[in-house]
Amino acid sequence: MRLEYTEPQRRFRAEIRAWLEQQVPQQALPSFDTEEGFAAHRAWEGQLASGCWSAVTWPKDVGGRGADLIEWLIFEEEYWRSGAPLRVNQNGIFLLAPTLMEFGTDEQKKRFLPRMATGKDIWAQGWSEPGAGSDMAAIRCKAVRDGDHYVINGQKTWSTRAVWADWLFGLFRSDPNSVRHHGLSFVLLPLNLPGITIRPIRQLNGLPGFAEIFFDNVRVPVENRLGEEGAGWHIAMATAGFERGLMLRSPARFQQTAKLLVNLYKQNQTSADADPSIRDAVIKSWMSAEAYALATYRTACRLAKGGQIGAESSTNKIFWSELDLLMHETAMRILGARGELMAQAEDASSYGWLDGFLFAQAGPIYAGTNEIQRNIIAERMLGLPRS
Amino acid sequence: MDFTFDGQQIAFRDAVRKFLMVEAAPEMLRETWETESGRSHELRGKLADQGITAMSVPEAFDGIGLGDLDWVLVQQELGYYAIPDSLSDTAYLAVHLFNHMPADVALKREWLPKIAAGSVRIALGHPINPFVSDAQLADLLLLWHDNEIHALKPAQAELIRHPSIDQSRRLYEVKWTPSRQTYICPARNGRDLGNAIVDRATLAIAAQLLGLAQRMLDLGIDHAAQRKQFGKPIGSFQAVKHQLADVAVKIEFAKPVVFRAAHALEQNKPGASVMASHAKLAAGEAARVAARNSLQAHGAMGYTWEADLQMFMKRAWAIDAAWGDQTFHKRRVADAIFADGAALGPGVTFT
Repeated sequence: MRLEYTEPQRRFRAEIRAWLEQQVPQQALPSFDTEEGFAAHRAWEGQLASGCWSAVTWPKDVGGRGADLIEWLIFEEEYWRSGAPLRVNQNGIFLLAPTLMEFGTDEQKKRFLPRMATGKDIWAQGWSEPGAGSDMAAIRCKAVRDGDHYVINGQKTWSTRAVWADWLFGLFRSDPNSVRHHGLSFVLLPLNLPGITIRPIRQLNGLPGFAEIFFDNVRVPVENRLGEEGAGWHIAMATAGFERGLMLRSPARFQQTAKLLVNLYKQNQTSADADPSIRDAVIKSWMSAEAYALATYRTACRLAKGGQIGAESSTNKIFWSELDLLMHETAMRILGARGELMAQAEDASSYGWLDGFLFAQAGPIYAGTNEIQRNIIAERMLGLPRS
Repeated sequence: MDFTFDGQQIAFRDAVRKFLMVEAAPEMLRETWETESGRSHELRGKLADQGITAMSVPEAFDGIGLGDLDWVLVQQELGYYAIPDSLSDTAYLAVHLFNHMPADVALKREWLPKIAAGSVRIALGHPINPFVSDAQLADLLLLWHDNEIHALKPAQAELIRHPSIDQSRRLYEVKWTPSRQTYICPARNGRDLGNAIVDRATLAIAAQLLGLAQRMLDLGIDHAAQRKQFGKPIGSFQAVKHQLADVAVKIEFAKPVVFRAAHALEQNKPGASVMASHAKLAAGEAARVAARNSLQAHGAMGYTWEADLQMFMKRAWAIDAAWGDQTFHKRRVADAIFADGAALGPGVTFT
């Protein structure tokens, strides 16, 4: 066991820190769930790419730096420390890209990855349907083969970033006679095709952070399919454990929140200490954020030595989403009666906490509800019988 | 950056695990609980044969010279099998004391080879604990008095037994009078050594709690997979599954905290005490949730003397408050994170 960074890792940290100090916008960008904010965040992705920082773990020939997982963690630490904008292309860079690299043809990689890295294409995801949420294998949206095209009919929903995104990746039923996880194909399609209707859904914060998508005889070329026809379920699941489990939410995000929470508590200590359980929750928040960082480093080191990550990635999802709730609930308790103030209020200094508090409510639901994660842990990690 | 154990450390742990699997079955625990001393000389002898009593003893004194990281893996196994012996007090903590006490070669020469051979027990009386474990059976008592360390034989003290709900714990109130004859270490060293012992005991218990949590989870899983109601194993019901999954989450995120604390203590890193406290709080929570949820999965069986679970729960409940209770350890963490200029946030986990 050696818990020190190597010289190259220290240099990597110094390099990204210096770059961010120069480049991070002084003024926070508007939310990427507004048209103006989306454009600003897209531009920021381009700026990151100009320094070759938008997708550090990708190979160099498609716009990355070939960074390993430890370097990725260092990058994330510096990124969150700097207060840089949220990543509008997260769906593409962290979710689709690893899948593309494993299952895509060389042509597909060349076609999609560089444009993703520079923010020219922002990606949305198309998994859920009105009748297929936690039960994703109930997907009904059809992609029926017609010569060298698929004809897509049906509906997707809860599609994050889809209001202004350029492309969508998702699962469609390519064999109309199939059931459950058979006969699904993984298809990539531009969102400006004829027959596509996008209806924004207002989220808890009032902004259209996701959308419903309706497909009416939408024709998508067969070369937009990722992997074999009918292998969509396998492809969607294959990278879910590894990359998504580790890369969806980096520990740095929560360590930054924990630090801000400690500061908030100290600034309001006199009033906060009237309820000792607040202090207790702050201590627990810091410890849990630290534990999440340690666990992620440990996993990264195990993977570097050829280890595997399986159902344990479901423990991550539960841990960080519950931690995020704890931290924001605690902040709201410290803020008391000022916690409800919106950004437009005269004293809007606490709005960041309110905004984070609202978003934390989604954590235990998206990317597989925590109930589904607990089923996965119980059945695949603990070996309990299926329901 | 390498947050993994090396092959030798894993191999040693695996050997201990394999040995305890055979030698420390729950039936043996029950038998030992019922004996007068609460200890098995036979088991202690076999543990010595495995090299466990010699782990920390330097090679010059017939030991193996291993460190905190090697110990943390073995402590997990001692917890998993709820070994009815204060082995760690003698072979880990007392050895650390002897190794670091200022130049008392005679004491080292007298005690270290015997500890390595597994032929003696040493009990520790630190003011953080109200009682001294295994004082009656000890060959030597090492006791703190105003930061000085004193050594005496049990016969030189009055011992009053205080029974614990964990019947493998043998707790004594020790009444004694410090004198020039008992004095072995000055206060200035005694205080620092005492702190070092508290840190290592904290780590040792954290690792044992991890092992106990895993054992209680395994017992819960076994029961839930076998017990049928409504025509199905109860482990197929989500309400049961989710409670056991919650235990797995607690264990998964306590482990790296414990391992990092072991590394920090072995390397004398700044902040190692806080890391040890964090480790015990995290592992203690895992063990408490494991006890509660596994008991629930056991149903009424969980509330019986007959089910093996009780022995592991009682050990966990007892040691969770030994060598600093939650309040003590939480205060150490709080002092660190609320200090002016404390290094917090991303990028400062490893320094």
